[in-house]
Amino acid sequence: MIPLSWYLILAAALFSIGLYGVLARKNAVAILMGVELMLNAVNINLVAFWRYLDLQTVAGQAFALMVFAVAAAEVAVGLALFIAVYRRRGTVAADEIDLMKW
Amino acid sequence: MTVEQFVFLVMAVVTLGAALMVVTERRVIHAALWLILALFGVAGLYVLLNAGFFAVVQVVVYIGAIAILFIFAAMLTRKAMQDVGPQVNAGWPAAALIGGVVFVALAWMLSHWAQFTALPPAFADDTPTLTQLGVALVSPDAYVIPFEIASVLLVAAMVGALYAAWGKKK
Amino acid sequence: MSFFSDPVNSIIHWLRNLLIGWGLSTGWVTLIMKALGVMVLSTVALLLVIFLIWLERKLAARFQQRLGPNRVGPYGLIQPIADVIKIFTKEHITPFGVNGFLYNLAPLLSVSAVLFLWAVIPLYKGVVGVDLNVGVLYLVAAGALGTLAILLAGWSSNNKYALVGAFRTVAQMVSYEVPTVLALLVPVLLAGTMSVSGIVEQQRVIYLIVSPVAALLFFLASLAEIGRTPFDLMEAESEIVAGFHIEYSGLKFGMFYVGEFLHAFTVSALFAVLFLGGWRGWGAEAFPLLGLVYFMAKAFLVYFLVVWVRSTLPRVRIDQMLNFNWKFLTPVGLILLVATAVVQKIILVSGASYGVMVLSHLVVNVLILWVAFWIVKMREARRPRRQPVAQPRPVARPPEVTRV
Repeated sequence: MIPLSWYLILAAALFSIGLYGVLARKNAVAILMGVELMLNAVNINLVAFWRYLDLQTVAGQAFALMVFAVAAAEVAVGLALFIAVYRRRGTVAADEIDLMKW
Repeated sequence: MTVEQFVFLVMAVVTLGAALMVVTERRVIHAALWLILALFGVAGLYVLLNAGFFAVVQVVVYIGAIAILFIFAAMLTRKAMQDVGPQVNAGWPAAALIGGVVFVALAWMLSHWAQFTALPPAFADDTPTLTQLGVALVSPDAYVIPFEIASVLLVAAMVGALYAAWGKKK
Repeated sequence: MSFFSDPVNSIIHWLRNLLIGWGLSTGWVTLIMKALGVMVLSTVALLLVIFLIWLERKLAARFQQRLGPNRVGPYGLIQPIADVIKIFTKEHITPFGVNGFLYNLAPLLSVSAVLFLWAVIPLYKGVVGVDLNVGVLYLVAAGALGTLAILLAGWSSNNKYALVGAFRTVAQMVSYEVPTVLALLVPVLLAGTMSVSGIVEQQRVIYLIVSPVAALLFFLASLAEIGRTPFDLMEAESEIVAGFHIEYSGLKFGMFYVGEFLHAFTVSALFAVLFLGGWRGWGAEAFPLLGLVYFMAKAFLVYFLVVWVRSTLPRVRIDQMLNFNWKFLTPVGLILLVATAVVQKIILVSGASYGVMVLSHLVVNVLILWVAFWIVKMREARRPRRQPVAQPRPVARPPEVTRV
């Protein structure tokens, strides 16, 4: 029997690692990987809540599916944008794409 | 320690270790490959949670599509075969601090919650969770509107991605 | 349950009792039985490849009016074993600059991605590795692992031909996953279950008759998934040398080779299970072992078709390959899925008999196929034909002599 706390701590750790990746990485593709880790952490929580607290209804599972859809959409658009930026600017380093920063 | 707990710990170590490598690895392609390992670990956790459907969807969507997109993007957006120079920005200690603080805060907040150490209710193998989920997704009383919006979102994302990555018209 | 009508379950039963008789706990016995099952199934599948290689060489030779292997053993049956021994004794060459771990992981992953598929294929009544309730989705997931293996092989080889081959492969496999999934959903819809054994149980009339278009889509899309001619762009020898496995030698190359052959047979087996009724046949309920014979016969029939296509058709261009997928297979698959769902719902609501259901699905399928072909024909007729060959010219022209 695994208590719920294990899953929650694991998800929190995964979320924090993802957050660090988003804040610290230079490469925009790597930043997006951090976002993926965060979304996965959220999904672990949602499925764990469904399993431990809410087995009768399927709210947790339905939410997790929505997160899957959002993650897929986000990656597709995000990576397409980075490729477009790379074509124009020749870089995907987040701190060099600063045209709108004054 | 039961077998279940042992498997969980192995999965957790794999997932977190791979996730750490994702955010610290210098070469982006290697980071993408570590991401695949981390996603596999999460799929294993879904199996432990009796959500086999999600484990399979995780492999199909994340590893079959998203991870491969990442590898493609990493290959298409670099000048040479090697990534040179530091891969983290100047503020990375602050980022690490924020990450640590968020983790401690989340753990502290969760540990004060009454159901923090809840144990799972019994799970019969023939529970029709998949049928329930399928019905709930298309039933007007439940999640049909989010479901439809998700499909619209996916179409919009597809069109947007095509438009953004198409390049200059001739 | 007698040994001769159902050997596998008899052996499992006997072994389980034996192990429990030795005083092992039930958990350990289950674990040992599962590990043994995995080992036996994958060994049999891998040994099957030796026969498949012989069969394919022989068949391809007959299609091309040759004899094929005929020196080692009767009808050349021992030839693949000689080849195996040769490939075992070859040197492993690791080129400079490869990524060691991934370079060695890729062949393993490519074979195991195919072996994973065998876990959910029902061999005969009551004999299936594991009866997953998301079996069909699992098939797609295992396919995704195969894509990953090829991408890893191409990237870690540090070779531009390998990388180009891997890119082509991934573009092809990721695109053809869409019609594969659409075609797989039709049997799921008809059977009302995602479990592969459940789909076999439900096939009172084989789904090839109920939904021929889905069968056609699945067959074409899986030809592309396994990378056989006419879709062998991933290893087009005349363009990119050998594709993603160019830097592999010895047994590592052999594993890609085994993976490819086994994949071809596995999708044939999947076709037999999903559209030809798997082990179902006359007397298969009473004598389960007969079901294995039916299943293998059907699988080999489909495999024969795959070899036939391979040795007959030329390779398509990459734009033709992608156009065929996105402009033909995918739209037809989407329309078919919606039409099947609507017809099935109407049948369920109206409570019509099984025969009516089969007939109405068949009519709808034929209609969809006819309209699709008609549209393709119209478009072809309107499109200006490109002259594939330049206008004939005389080989040598006499110089125009200018008289002074």
